Amino acid sequence: MAEEVILLDTWVSPFGMRARIALAEKGIKHEHREEDLGNKSDLLLKMNPIHKTIPVLIHNGKPVCESNNIVQYLDEVWPDKSPLLPSDPYLRGQARFWADFVDRKVFDAGRKVWATKGEEQKSLMEEFIGHLKTLEAELDGKLYFGGEKMGYVDVTMVPIYSWFHAYEVSGNFSFESHCPKLVAWAERCMQHDSVSKALPSPEKVYQYVLQLRKRLGIE
Amino acid sequence: MAEQVKVLGSWGSPFSKRVELALKLKCVNYECIEQDLANKSQLLLDYNPVHKKIPVLIHNGKPIVESLVILEYIDETWRHNSIFPHDPYEKAMARFWAKFIDEKCNEGVWKIMWCKEEERGKLVEEVLQHFGTLEGQLKDKKFFGGEEIGMVDIAANFIGYWLGLVQEAIGMELVTRDKFPVLCRWMDEFVGHSVVKPILPPRDELLAIFKARFNATAWEY
Repeated sequence: MAEEVILLDTWVSPFGMRARIALAEKGIKHEHREEDLGNKSDLLLKMNPIHKTIPVLIHNGKPVCESNNIVQYLDEVWPDKSPLLPSDPYLRGQARFWADFVDRKVFDAGRKVWATKGEEQKSLMEEFIGHLKTLEAELDGKLYFGGEKMGYVDVTMVPIYSWFHAYEVSGNFSFESHCPKLVAWAERCMQHDSVSKALPSPEKVYQYVLQLRKRLGIE
Repeated sequence: MAEQVKVLGSWGSPFSKRVELALKLKCVNYECIEQDLANKSQLLLDYNPVHKKIPVLIHNGKPIVESLVILEYIDETWRHNSIFPHDPYEKAMARFWAKFIDEKCNEGVWKIMWCKEEERGKLVEEVLQHFGTLEGQLKDKKFFGGEEIGMVDIAANFIGYWLGLVQEAIGMELVTRDKFPVLCRWMDEFVGHSVVKPILPPRDELLAIFKARFNATAWEY
C-alpha cells in the first residue's frame, strides 16, 4: 500500500517544528496542512479529540499525537534514514530524559514568560535561562546532543531557537551572553536544511508574540 | 558480568512502585534502597543531579531517571514479558495514554489536594472529565494492556491504589463505582494482580501520611 502521511501543523508552533524536522531528516514524503487554531478543522478535531492540538501525524489514516511521540514513532517506522534515537538502551534512556527535560522545564518556562510581565516575567526568564544553561552543560563540547549527528534531543530542542529573537527583544538581553555554546549549537543545527526550512523567521515569530500578548491583554 | 540492579525509591511513592512493578513483571532481581526525601542522600544527588528525585534505576552503575523513561529502558533491556506493545502505532498510543494519565489525571488530583476551596469545583469537574476519557479508553478490556498488565496500567498505578486513599484523606469521592464502573473494575483487577499486590505499600500507613500532610506543604517524591 502506498504510504499516506499528513502533518496537521501551525507555522509558529515549536512542537510542529519538531515533526517537520524529523520528517525532513528522514526524507518522508508527506502532505503538510496548516491549521487555523482559532477555527480548527474537522479533521484535527476528529484525529485529536482529546487535546485538539497540533501537531498530529496521520499515517495511513491513523493519528499519532504529541510531538515527541510523533518523532519517536517516525524513528521506529522509518529507522534506516537518519536514526534519531541511539540503539543502545542506556543512551536511549539518556536521550529520552533530556527530551523530557526540554519539554517540562525549558519549553514550559519559556511558554509562561509570554503570559506574564514585570517582576514575574523577569523571574520566569531567569528560570528559563537557568534551564538553558543546564542543557548547555549537557552538550559538554559535543557537536550535537546526539553526538556527531543531530538526534532526538536536538530535534526536540532546536525549534525554540526560532523564538530566541522574540525573547531577546522583549527581555532586552542576549542569549549569547548567557549560553554561547548553546547558541553555537543552534546555529550548527540551522546549517541543516531540515532545520532551516522547518523554523520560521525570528522576526515573524516576534510579530506573532506581540499580537499574542495584545490578545492576552498584557500589552 | 552479574547484573546489578538497584532502585533508589521511596516505599510510599507510586512513581517508585512503577519501576518495581516493571522489574517484578520481568522477574529481574533488584535491591531497593529506601530514600529519605526530607534528607536526600549523596547517592541520590549524585545519580540524579538535575531533578534530585526518586525513582532512580541504577543498572550496573549507570543511572536512569524519570519513571516513564525508566519503564522504556526496562522494556528495551529485558526483552521478555513485554510491557510495551511491539507495533509502533500501538506503542505511540501507549505513550500518549501514559502521558495523559500523568498530566491530566494524576496532576488533576494533585491540584485538588492542595487547592483553595473556591477553586475546587472547577478542578473537580475537569478531573472527572479526564477520568471519563480514560475509562472510555479501557472499554471492556481487563487491563489497558489487554489480557495482561502493560505500560499504561503501570503508569495508572496511582489511580489503581493511591487514589482511593487520597479520596479518603481529603474526604472527597472522585472516582465512584456508580460514576466510573469500568475504571473501578480495572482498579480491582489491578490491586488484585499477583505481581502488583505484594509490592503495594501498607494502606494504613499511607493513609495516615496523606491525612497528616493534606493541606500542608506539597508531598515530594
